[in-house]
Amino acid sequence: MKKVMMGNHAVSWGVKLARTEVIAAYPITPQTQVVEALSEMCSSGELAARFIKVESEHSAMAACIGASATGARAFTATSSQGLALMHEVLHWAGGGRLPIVMANVNRALAPAWNVWTDQNDSLSQRDTGWIQLYCESNQEVLDTTIQAFKLAEAVDLPVMVVLDAFYLSHTSEPVDIPDQEAVDAFLPRRVARVKMDVNDPRSFGALATPAVYMEMRLRQQEAMELARVTYDEIVEEWGGMFGRRNGAIESYHAEGAEILLVTSGTITSTSRHVVNELRARGEKVGLVKVKMFRPFPTEALRVALAGVPHVAVLDRNISPGHGGIFAEEIRSALYDLAPERRPRVHGYIVGLGGRDVTPAVIEDCLARTRAAAGAGNTPEREDLWVGVKS
Amino acid sequence: MRELRIHGRGGQGAVVASKILAAALFRESRSVQSFPAFGVERRGAPVAAFLRVSDTPILLRCEVTAPDDLIVLDPTLIVAVDVTQGLKPGGMILINSERAPETYPKLTDRFHVITVDAGGIAMRHGLGSRTQPIVNTAILGAFARCSGLVSLDSICAAIQEEVPGRAAQNVAAAREAAEAVAASEVAQPAGLASRYSRVEVKHA
Repeated sequence: MKKVMMGNHAVSWGVKLARTEVIAAYPITPQTQVVEALSEMCSSGELAARFIKVESEHSAMAACIGASATGARAFTATSSQGLALMHEVLHWAGGGRLPIVMANVNRALAPAWNVWTDQNDSLSQRDTGWIQLYCESNQEVLDTTIQAFKLAEAVDLPVMVVLDAFYLSHTSEPVDIPDQEAVDAFLPRRVARVKMDVNDPRSFGALATPAVYMEMRLRQQEAMELARVTYDEIVEEWGGMFGRRNGAIESYHAEGAEILLVTSGTITSTSRHVVNELRARGEKVGLVKVKMFRPFPTEALRVALAGVPHVAVLDRNISPGHGGIFAEEIRSALYDLAPERRPRVHGYIVGLGGRDVTPAVIEDCLARTRAAAGAGNTPEREDLWVGVKS
Repeated sequence: MRELRIHGRGGQGAVVASKILAAALFRESRSVQSFPAFGVERRGAPVAAFLRVSDTPILLRCEVTAPDDLIVLDPTLIVAVDVTQGLKPGGMILINSERAPETYPKLTDRFHVITVDAGGIAMRHGLGSRTQPIVNTAILGAFARCSGLVSLDSICAAIQEEVPGRAAQNVAAAREAAEAVAASEVAQPAGLASRYSRVEVKHA
């Protein structure tokens, strides 16, 4: 069944179809509609989940941790300051290997107060041990929310489904809602490998001395590495059932490209429009979309980008004192390529705090890349800020 | 692709209007995208909503800055904000107003102005209060008739799907507003052909 819906409600539908058992949440713009719709589904009985109202985002994640530890399928949603407040317990979910799913609507961090989109909120949680998946359309949001539970439970790691504030969260567009029976076949009830059970007592969150701590971290890292392979399998299975495949990365008109854009989130969609227009004029431009940020799809990106002369990375985020976060990760991933196969990586900072990233902004990034390439210049050491007022 | 901007005041239903229109166009198998102006809305303050419609998948995910058409839910907005900002020359402006299009000479110069008393129609169908009639469904009926973009039947079906209460009254208001604009003389700007061919749509 197809229905016109907002990105926020695409999350709610995904959570409903996944037969989530516990939802704990605290409202924050621009996420609130996600849990608002879920609370209505719980009160009407459409969704047989326990909805726990809490006093903060820190408590929301703590409640999800408790629920997940007992073997329940648990979900929360947040944005920006709310995610920042969760920081400590995000590590508990990641290190505790709890397959919680969270939707984060990308919103810029204060100060100054801003409710509009950028990726600094989720990217500043990079090292908490959460898988991160960035979405491009409301359809991808719904599909990814369901897939996220399957991935989380397969590798015992929490998954963050990330969507742009307003450009997805509040934008209405047609979304194909899968049948419940098909989703049930794809995502059976959770069977926890380890859980809190009064009949099988275990210790959770105990002290780990230097004699064992490091091995726990290694297991976590191995689970992240496994998640790359597992996600590819999940995408393939989903594609076979529903005909839609949105993998960890996607190449678009990359064949013979002299410049490849690298994008994430909704900038990808607008960039497809730009690439279509430029290709129609005979320009050798394409794009690579990065959906999975953790685990980083290092090998897949090496394959997709090797041999391309120039790569232009569009970052809707900034690591102050360094640069665009995707650009830095991509430079690092490509460093070991043979010099003649290694692309020049041009980094651009765009769209912070919800500033509009229009086709003109994307074309500006491409023009700068083309000019640097034409002059034989190495890319700027500092990422360039595009679309800022002089 | 055709792009539309809807101006209203917080509480008048501009955002809901954009969603109903999106649902109506979706019923006609068009690609569609609608969204509110990304801001911090308050009741009574000027708000805007946007819609894109196309026969091919819509890839743009940025704001609408040069709309083809406007819908204005509150005529006082014409002096309060620059409603025509970015509007393409010859674009259509559909205004909820008791006045004739000619009484907006600054707009009829450059644009194709159509008025409909959606407030009065809403009141007759018991939608909202005298000080704050709910005009969004009525004006969509008028839009269906004068834009040729979508059928009145699709608008009415979308209203039934999207509006939580008083669906019958909202549908009746949409139909009455469609009749009202069909009956009125449509003012064309002198020497300026409309950007759009007016598609004749058969209404049940």
